[in-house]
Amino acid sequence: MAAKILVYIDHFEGQPVLSSWEAVGAARTIAAALGGDVVGVVVGSGVSGLAEQAIAHGADSALLAEADALKDYRPEPYASTVAKMARGAGATVMLFPTTGRTRELAGMVAVDLEVGVTPDAIALEVKDGKVVATRPIYGGKLLTKEVSKGPEPHLLTLRARAFPKPEPVAGKTGAVEKVAAEVGAPLTEVSGYKAAESGVSLTDAGVIVSGGRGVSNSPKLTPPAEITDEKQKEIWRAQQGFALIRDLAGALGAAVGASRAAVDAGYVPYAHQVGQTGKVVSPDLYIACGISGAIQHLAGMRTSKTIVAINKDAEAPIFKVARFGIVGDLFEVVPAMTKAVRARLGK
Amino acid sequence: MNIVVCVKQTPDTAATVTVQDGKVSWGEAPLVLNPWDEFAVEQALRTKEAHGGKVTAVCLGPETAKEALKQALAMGSDAAVLISDPAFAEADSLVVSAVLAAAIRKLGDIDVAFFGRQAVDSDTGLTGAQVARRLGWPSLSLVAAVRSVDPAGKTIDVDRMLEEGRQEVRSQLPAVLSVVKELNEPRYPSFMGIRKASKAEIPVWSAADLGMPQMPAPALEWPEVISPPKVDTKCEIIQGDTPDQIAERLVGRLLEEKVL
Ligand SMILES: Cc1cc2nc3c(=O)[nH]c(=O)nc-3n(C[C@H](O)[C@H](O)[C@H](O)COP(=O)(O)OP(=O)(O)OC[C@H]3O[C@@H](n4cnc5c(N)ncnc54)[C@H](O)[C@@H]3O)c2cc1C
Ligand SMILES: Nc1ncnc2c1ncn2[C@@H]1O[C@H](COP(=O)(O)O)[C@@H](O)[C@H]1O
Repeated sequence: MAAKILVYIDHFEGQPVLSSWEAVGAARTIAAALGGDVVGVVVGSGVSGLAEQAIAHGADSALLAEADALKDYRPEPYASTVAKMARGAGATVMLFPTTGRTRELAGMVAVDLEVGVTPDAIALEVKDGKVVATRPIYGGKLLTKEVSKGPEPHLLTLRARAFPKPEPVAGKTGAVEKVAAEVGAPLTEVSGYKAAESGVSLTDAGVIVSGGRGVSNSPKLTPPAEITDEKQKEIWRAQQGFALIRDLAGALGAAVGASRAAVDAGYVPYAHQVGQTGKVVSPDLYIACGISGAIQHLAGMRTSKTIVAINKDAEAPIFKVARFGIVGDLFEVVPAMTKAVRARLGK
Repeated sequence: MNIVVCVKQTPDTAATVTVQDGKVSWGEAPLVLNPWDEFAVEQALRTKEAHGGKVTAVCLGPETAKEALKQALAMGSDAAVLISDPAFAEADSLVVSAVLAAAIRKLGDIDVAFFGRQAVDSDTGLTGAQVARRLGWPSLSLVAAVRSVDPAGKTIDVDRMLEEGRQEVRSQLPAVLSVVKELNEPRYPSFMGIRKASKAEIPVWSAADLGMPQMPAPALEWPEVISPPKVDTKCEIIQGDTPDQIAERLVGRLLEEKVL
């Protein structure tokens, strides 16, 4: 029997999460090894365009469930609908891009289908007709292989940027089959959204510039006289420091990250935190400024392709994982970097 | 309110974790309350302090995991239950969620169950949502703020932290909340709390005690655990006479290596 590899296309209010296309690419590789089809799975309201985009990125066909009640992401109706689609299609494997939504969604679909779910895989191979996933455990200190003993489908979420992103093929067509949504009685109601203040999503970012406690450490900066509280003076200094980080990020088209020390000290919101109790990121380039490189920070960024460390302490552990290092004061080096990037990249 | 908090015992995040012949070891490093679960315990306690009631901490694990429950008691939880049975060895998230859901049912009349976002050993981050699904309760994951709780009207208002921003959700109770760090600042156990916890008798429930009609079999297996491949990260220190010169050299090297 031909394998059916389903791929959940995650989106926020109809905007696709770009790592969904990486999952479509990974599904193609599995389908080639197992012999079978790749089917995009799209659930929401006003999202039919995503089914076509899934096909353009490599899916053979797509399943589409649309209903007004699915306009806001709510896990219960989404899970019921996805479980129904997976059952109906006779899925062998189902892939999701890892996001906050899909971890929950895949977990719930797994309960409905009583199947195994592997979160945040970073590599997949096919062995003896089965998918063998590799995923980090213990904050990336070890890797485990994970296989489903059955029943099918094996559900897996894939870490963003761990799999190549296929280019869309314009004009590629495939069947889009409509499936009735399983809405059920609502248990929750979404009353609003507050958009994140930063433009670039950390997990999708190709380049990240992060700041740590060192970002407040410039004795040369004198806070305005009206700030008398020591803590407020520190935060004021950190704001000047983070402004430099943001300038460099702007020049590079990068997202802004932070260490927990910077978040806990109130320099930047928690949404920016990278690490074991923050976000796990895997950009092409990670620039750590004034970050010592504690093991819990490394847990969130160790898989970055190239790490640059800027730290005034030559002994800081961050240099052990860095490809390039600058031993110096970030208040001098970071603005110089911004200038150099603008000069060389013309941005 | 009748409140449950599910906690796991994990090795300290600073531990050096190694694997030899398939056996994972963290040496002499201490076992602690899973760091994410501290936020869950704290929120459970705040909910009780605001609305009255009782907090019961629940852990599935070996006898030694009682230490994690004692930490939850020392912080101020009223009761604790350890679930321990050789039948639960090799459990995957399907099994763990079935066991914890059965324990919550057995406790009975629960209004809200708190979970941490993720266990720092297995790094799965699935259990809260799976327990919610098994109980048929709403799953509120990545909760960064609890705006209000109405025990009489049986509703709760929370903010969920999605990648794109905050989703404000009103949910009916009972519900499962799994929480992130921004939610609160976990308290330290008080001296009295530690004394009370050290004397606490923690009941142990077996599979039979949970009266589970049918144990789900684990769906996953782990054929191999390995150390990540050692990457050659010899750090090239960029030097120069002025910050501008150093920065230009670094940008030059990044362009040469096609990083930019
Ligand atoms: C359970 C647990 C979970 C944790 N989770 C996380 C997590 O998710 N993410 C995380 O990041 N941490 C986490 N931590 C905290 C972690 O252990 C460290 O405390 C934290 O990463 C330190 O942040 P930092 O590097 O910014 O600060 P520090 O360690 O204080 O380092 C500051 C660095 O800045 C340098 N510096 C100072 N001034 C300058 C200057 N002017 N120019 C250049 N360099 C300068 C210093 O040399 C120093 O190396 C966790 C800890 C625990 C126990
Ligand atoms: N064995 C366990 N006993 C009690 N609670 C657990 C257990 N495993 C996981 N949890 C809870 O589920 C959360 C998520 O864990 P996990 O899905 O394993 O990453 C944890 O933060 C705990 O709140």
